[in-house]
Amino acid sequence: MQALVIAAHGSHLSAGSSTPTFDHADTIRAVGAFDEVRESFWKEEPHFREALRTVDADEVYLVPLFISEGYFTEQVIPREFRLDGWDPELWESDGTSADTATLTAEDTGQTVHYCGPAGTHDAMSDVIVQRAESVTDDPEVGEGFGLAVVGHGTERNENSAKAVEYHADRIAAMDRFDEVKALFMDEDPEIDDVTDFFESDDIVVVPLFIADGYHTEEDIPEDMGLTDDYRTGFDVPTVVDGHRIWYSGAVGTEPLMADVLLERAADAGADVDDAIEQVKAETGGAQASGD
Amino acid sequence: MQGDHLDALVTAAADGIAFDGLVVEPDGDGYVVEVSGERRVVDDEEALRAAVSESPAHVSNWYVWHAETPQKEDRWSFLRWLEGAEETDVPERYDALADGIDTTWGQLRITATRGDEGHRRYRLVHEDDAGADPAALTSYEDPLSARAIAKHDDDGKYRPLKTAPTLQSGWAIDDLSPAELVETVDFFYPATIANWHREREGELDVNHWRETMERQSGIYGVVQTWDRGEGHDHVEWVAEACCDDSQCLKRREWEYDEETDLDYDGGDGEFPCREPCSLVVSAARQWTKLEGEQTQTYEFELTPSEKEQIEAVVDAVADGEAEAIREADLYDDANRYRTRFLRAKLFDEDGNLGGVETDD
Repeated sequence: MQALVIAAHGSHLSAGSSTPTFDHADTIRAVGAFDEVRESFWKEEPHFREALRTVDADEVYLVPLFISEGYFTEQVIPREFRLDGWDPELWESDGTSADTATLTAEDTGQTVHYCGPAGTHDAMSDVIVQRAESVTDDPEVGEGFGLAVVGHGTERNENSAKAVEYHADRIAAMDRFDEVKALFMDEDPEIDDVTDFFESDDIVVVPLFIADGYHTEEDIPEDMGLTDDYRTGFDVPTVVDGHRIWYSGAVGTEPLMADVLLERAADAGADVDDAIEQVKAETGGAQASGD
Repeated sequence: MQGDHLDALVTAAADGIAFDGLVVEPDGDGYVVEVSGERRVVDDEEALRAAVSESPAHVSNWYVWHAETPQKEDRWSFLRWLEGAEETDVPERYDALADGIDTTWGQLRITATRGDEGHRRYRLVHEDDAGADPAALTSYEDPLSARAIAKHDDDGKYRPLKTAPTLQSGWAIDDLSPAELVETVDFFYPATIANWHREREGELDVNHWRETMERQSGIYGVVQTWDRGEGHDHVEWVAEACCDDSQCLKRREWEYDEETDLDYDGGDGEFPCREPCSLVVSAARQWTKLEGEQTQTYEFELTPSEKEQIEAVVDAVADGEAEAIREADLYDDANRYRTRFLRAKLFDEDGNLGGVETDD
């Protein structure tokens, strides 16, 4: 028996925070890749602390549905899941290259393949591109368009910016969009000045966040000048300083995110290749990945 | 009786069976068969089939619990507990299952039933809907629907704590298999089955207040400083504020530390709480900051009724009853008009009670 356990942040205040986690878990349940799929949360239940005991499988693939490596993936999740002998060095990561480490959970004895976060997997670049396709409703989007990948910045975690830059570089290398930039909320280059950084008339803006919430629904739209008051909403696209801004909302809500969770488990040894193909086909990922 | 039940039983008989009043032991070329204490010896497999066929309930019961029920120990024990399997013999239990056996789990009413061949089926409703007309309830069959039901209360408010006694009513989840039933219960009340079972086995891994707070880091690391070696009154207040049965249906089993129990009652819940939850930790962070302040002396003048009114307002908010106070019930001290009058009379334009500024 093998199980997938997804570790996500969740929220005490926002009912929608867990929605992407549930949606991606359901996509994976539907393809039957694992005997069990379980969502777990830092702020909701089942809590990280008690998720493993709700799972029957002896072998668990634990994938953090987080954007970057850092405090949560290196300290909180391993501690709360009681992964015996955890040391961030086991991932041998440069900040975006965490893959997997196999450990034993102290309270349940289960073998846990602890994977790097979804957000830094290479497949995440494809999800960002797919998000751009979704928001423009154009499967060929690229030519004549600029793409801004937006992150929180380094305020709390330097790897947060690294993840944004990593995907921006990878997408730039695809040679698909005319321009690709990494922008941030709390450091330069700042999202407030988005139109200064692009020559293209059309700019797709994709926030590298797992769930929609305060930052993606209120801060970023207002900072970019899409609206003075997020409560009044805004059009997609909205013209700002002569550029059309196609704002996508959190990338983590894109259905193809389910593929990234599966890819993480596959990299850790789970036999889910067929499921990956199926999920890609169902969530429109086959084209973006270039397979 | 289904043939595959018999086939499976005959196959298993080679290793011996002893389950819920049914005993089958290999004995030379034949078998010793015992049903509800009545013992006989049969010569061969054919005779074994004939003998146990006289007790179809015992056969299907054996089959159901070994082939149709999740074998994970906690799930199996929970499902057994739901039908009183350890206390009630099979014929009596089968009669009861035909009518349905009800159990309350938090605010869930679980009804276990059986079909002609012993297959167990389960129905879940809110306990307040136990006697409701099924046609009046929104019907679901998918365990995943529990996640959506559990997310908001009857007023549409988000429920951050799954075990808060605010589960919405008006729904039914029908025709669940044993595996689906435990999955559904686990979506409503995550990990409660696992921890209930651990407790029954004497293996509940309780983490008390001190060790839980000492584990915190990042923005929650500050809560460690709230324990100053000056007693544990503050934790009593946390338990009274957050862990009372009116706030959470788990039964608090954690204490201040291994040696120091809290006086406040842990509650009567069926399933245990094994450590302070994330809501308690978040609240403790806020209280750590607030409780770091020194007291000040303020001077206000209140009539006796005004003092009592302030106490009533605090009570109404703390007990979640403010919304329920009728608009024109001016006899209730926490009535909105009464409270607005108090504010109009006693607060200055900056919102200071009695016009007295707050000293930092």
